[in-house]
Amino acid sequence: MDISVTLRGQTHDLALKNPVLTASGTFGCGLEFAPYGDLKSLGGIVVKGISLLPREGNPCPRVVETAAGMLNAVGLQNDGVEDFCAHKLPSLPWRDTPIIANIYAASTDEFADLAARLNVEDGVAALEINVSCPNVAKGGVLFGQDPVLTAAVTSAVRKAAPRKHVMVKLSPNVTDIALMAKSAEDAGADSVSCINTLLGMAVDLRLRRPKLANVLGGLSGPAIKPVALRCVWQVARAVRIPVVGVGGIVNAHDALEFILAGAHAVQIGSGNFMRPDCAFTVAAQLPAACEKIGVKSMEELRGTLQNGSALQRKHPAMA
Amino acid sequence: MQIKPILSRLPALEVTPFGPAGPEGEYRFFALRLPRPSWKNWRPGQFLMLRPAAFGLELPWARPFSICHTTARCLICFFQVCGRGTRRMAQLKHGDEVNVWGPLGNGFAVEPDSQTLLLAGGMGIVPFVGYVNAHPKPWNTSMLFGHREPLKCYPVDNIHEYIPLDSLRETTPGELDNFIFTLNERMRDCAEQNGLVLACGPLPFLQTVRNFARELKARTQILLENTMACGVGACLGCMTRTSDAWPTPEKRGGLVQACRQGPVFWADQVKL
Repeated sequence: MDISVTLRGQTHDLALKNPVLTASGTFGCGLEFAPYGDLKSLGGIVVKGISLLPREGNPCPRVVETAAGMLNAVGLQNDGVEDFCAHKLPSLPWRDTPIIANIYAASTDEFADLAARLNVEDGVAALEINVSCPNVAKGGVLFGQDPVLTAAVTSAVRKAAPRKHVMVKLSPNVTDIALMAKSAEDAGADSVSCINTLLGMAVDLRLRRPKLANVLGGLSGPAIKPVALRCVWQVARAVRIPVVGVGGIVNAHDALEFILAGAHAVQIGSGNFMRPDCAFTVAAQLPAACEKIGVKSMEELRGTLQNGSALQRKHPAMA
Repeated sequence: MQIKPILSRLPALEVTPFGPAGPEGEYRFFALRLPRPSWKNWRPGQFLMLRPAAFGLELPWARPFSICHTTARCLICFFQVCGRGTRRMAQLKHGDEVNVWGPLGNGFAVEPDSQTLLLAGGMGIVPFVGYVNAHPKPWNTSMLFGHREPLKCYPVDNIHEYIPLDSLRETTPGELDNFIFTLNERMRDCAEQNGLVLACGPLPFLQTVRNFARELKARTQILLENTMACGVGACLGCMTRTSDAWPTPEKRGGLVQACRQGPVFWADQVKL
């Protein structure tokens, strides 16, 4: 079965052999997971967030397990864009699988500089703009909570990276995520991914202190899947550009639920920590899962979620 | 040489309690036997990530464990019940599925002709079971073991068989002082012979060892048991700060991953 999809953007399309991507921050630069599966079998690899200059991130402890999820306050630790381009990107199978660079900056100008630098790298197929990280003091979710700032950053990256597909990663920590998605679309985004982590905290009752050094962190994992599904459904109804679903997907069944809700593709995040072959397995199991529910392509399933009233019309007994 | 880790889905063979049961009949120390994965090799001090299928969605993370011992057919993990994950592991039954990935990390140095002092604190004894079994000249090694629970709670039989093991149980502050005094004496003897000191145990124990190592100029490696979500270098949760003695200049004073650059470090190269 052909499960390929194309994220048809306003400026650039992104062709994926299957709709399974990895989520930034959970898959390293990709090579960490090479012993557990064929990187080329993935629809795409979204690498750990990259900034213009190296960032040390937040103090430890910066990760903690919670019920059906985890909190992280890593704070976008990375070695900077030059290190990524020189040492990591050349080792990735970028000719076979699209590499999507998740980018973070503290200002619109810095976003533009970073995007311009990556625009000249043939190995980078797309840029995912991180306007939604809750773990950094400057920028991050502050950009993603304001439709004007979201548009400004998207527009700056769009102009600075004319060769790349531009995806905007949206935050659930907003009142109206559809409004943010529309801002990104209007500013030239080719697609949006949703959602980033939910702001949360965990406390140690015995020590009477927060479990994270940063106090607050981003919640991910199966615990956030209902929120992510809701956001994908709302965003998919608000924009015409493709939507990539992220949040608690750990198997092919989860992935199909997101596609049913309107996603064109999905990203596997915390699932990579549950089993390091999680993303590979979801990609491999997707054709069989499609057959099981009687669909022949992703298009046939996408966005066909029926709302309650439609079900009632079809099945009066449910009224 | 880098040992390539693999992911295995294994049926649990047996979970065996160690030591005396508590007042309500509960045990806290267990050996989990699994079929030996198809590893070609592993180094003592390396660890594996272990996640029973029974964790379901509720406990998303695997747990890191030092590799205790392997036989031709078995992989043996030793654990203490200290939270939700290990409590559930203690309830595993024959045939229950366990996902295991490893061997991960680096491992302790082996210098067959050097006097090697093994310092274990509590559950820090676990990696030394495999170390002693794999050492080509175990008569050059000896161990000092400080612990709070009765000795029979720990997997000491395999160690007793091969090397001299001095164990000191700490139940009072005075006994702790005695242990620290003995620790210093043993490290001094080892340093005078330009021997190798290897340590694993709780953080305060490792800090004490590191301080003595600095004072005595003893060549010392320590095994760090940092919190890990993935074990493969992706989550950046297990970071450790390096000292000015870190071998690569660009990482001096910076952060390195305990799962990739460790879990075994030269004591003078990291800050605790």
